[in-house]
Amino acid sequence: MTAITQATPLPAQPFAVRGSALSGWPIWRGGLIAGLLWIGAAAFGRALPGITALPRTGLLSAIELTVGLVIAALALAPWHRPARLTHTARWLAALPIGLVIWQYATNKTGILPLPFFPAPEQVLEVYTDDWAKLLDSVVGSLVLLVPGYVLGAGFGFALGVAIGWSRAVHYWAHPILRFVGPLPATAWLPIAFFCFPSTRSASTFLIALASGFPVAVLTSSGVSGVARAYYDIARNLGADPHFLVRKVAIPAALPSVFVGLFMGLGASFAVLIVAEMMGVKAGLGFYLQWAQGWAAYANIYAALIVMAILFSGLIGLLFVVRDHVLAWQKGIVRW
Amino acid sequence: MVSVLEASSATGSSVQISRVSHAYRSGGVPVEVIDDVTFGVDPGEFVALLGPSGCGKSTLLRLVAGLEAPDEGKLGADMVRVTGPDPSRLLVFQDPTLFPWRTVRQNVALGLEARGVPGDHGAAVDAALALVGLESFAEALPHQLSGGMAQRAALARVLINQPRLLLLDEPFGKLDALTRMTLQGELLKLWQTGRFTTLLVTHDVEEALLLAQRVIVFGRRPARIEFETEVDLPYPRHRDTPRFITLRREILAALGHEQDL
Repeated sequence: MTAITQATPLPAQPFAVRGSALSGWPIWRGGLIAGLLWIGAAAFGRALPGITALPRTGLLSAIELTVGLVIAALALAPWHRPARLTHTARWLAALPIGLVIWQYATNKTGILPLPFFPAPEQVLEVYTDDWAKLLDSVVGSLVLLVPGYVLGAGFGFALGVAIGWSRAVHYWAHPILRFVGPLPATAWLPIAFFCFPSTRSASTFLIALASGFPVAVLTSSGVSGVARAYYDIARNLGADPHFLVRKVAIPAALPSVFVGLFMGLGASFAVLIVAEMMGVKAGLGFYLQWAQGWAAYANIYAALIVMAILFSGLIGLLFVVRDHVLAWQKGIVRW
Repeated sequence: MVSVLEASSATGSSVQISRVSHAYRSGGVPVEVIDDVTFGVDPGEFVALLGPSGCGKSTLLRLVAGLEAPDEGKLGADMVRVTGPDPSRLLVFQDPTLFPWRTVRQNVALGLEARGVPGDHGAAVDAALALVGLESFAEALPHQLSGGMAQRAALARVLINQPRLLLLDEPFGKLDALTRMTLQGELLKLWQTGRFTTLLVTHDVEEALLLAQRVIVFGRRPARIEFETEVDLPYPRHRDTPRFITLRREILAALGHEQDL
């Protein structure tokens, strides 16, 4: 008897909530608090006088106010808010608090001294006044990074497949790779700069070297780790060695190849920045070097933020490609 | 339904195994796994190779498939010496070993693709999948299949090539009891319509007696023929007939398990 009573369906809850227009639509409380904090940060920046009057204080407050109003509007809006948005509430609330602390500790009180710790208004000023040069630097870095990485990944992949597949190549190439591979690519800098006709070509080579090594190692271990049963099946069905490499070894090794591509990308960032600081007269590394020369620390922070966005974006792009190529895998690691 | 199989004008191939011995090199030390084995299989015959796990039966299948060459002795199919793998003699393993990056359809088409058979293989794949009742899973990925479904796909991947000799290495060993019974029945039907020769490696006495026309019993490693018997029972067979029970007792005795009766 009790079982039957329990099994009776409950009144549909969602309808009750959605239907009660009189009690108002549901409010996103976390969003509302975050929005108010942003508006508070805007007011704080305007109200409290700084040690020096910074030209972008008003702009920063205006941006904070706009962000605050947008979030508050989203929080109060009668539409359905996706979970991906509501999940960010705590971060949206933490950011204005962080900005206020940063502002307070720098130009408002001078707890953190200039020139090493510029105020957020000063970093903002770099974006409004020096955006053209920053944009040039981003383009300069990409022009150097992309060919080097593509070259290195391509060669590393081909070498890795050859090492993993052929005993003869493995015999000769593997010891060299093991002995020379652990050298950081930047250690080759002095040699590369006189071996190559230009610093640009030398840097491209070093980036290729840095990204090629992990790709080669992980590709070869991926290829040599392919289960023998896969080869047996394919050989039994009439596959020739060419088919075994292209249709068995490489696809089976791809998860490992992508680990190599990821590690190679990280290594290529390090070499890129060093190469730009040491010789190439363009790119974000050069921008950092130049800003340091002028003790323009606001420019350095601004460039670091751009760099973080650029590099994490590139890694994100690699993961999008990987998720597409390895869609057949179960439970792959997310970025 | 059985068009793929009936389309093959070929009949099953005969098998000749003459004084074959083989050893594994395990850390440089040769471990003998097959010791002087001789037997023949007639075209279209269904023979079960029965023996304890790890006794070298699977190695014998690999030799017949041509994936490895024997240390000693001769192996032939249709009186022609086996020198390498050939799509007319196809292996099915205990693990389905479908390629996880390929859909079921692409897995089944593997043999045609590997041999460069021209054209899109849609119709042939559909027919092979129909044969094993997997039509609606053509676009699924291997990790989405159950164990039984994966093994059906592995069977379809072999059958599409119209093999004349089917080499089954404990193909139902990892399946649950009910799925195993279903697949045993289906294998029997495929063999009866397909006219291919079948060599089934198993350590399951009942499976051998339910399916095979002849059972060859191997002893512990190195594999040596201990006992051989014709299974003179009509299909479909039943586990509880007196003759079945007698045969099972004889085979278990040959395996040294009299006390377990």
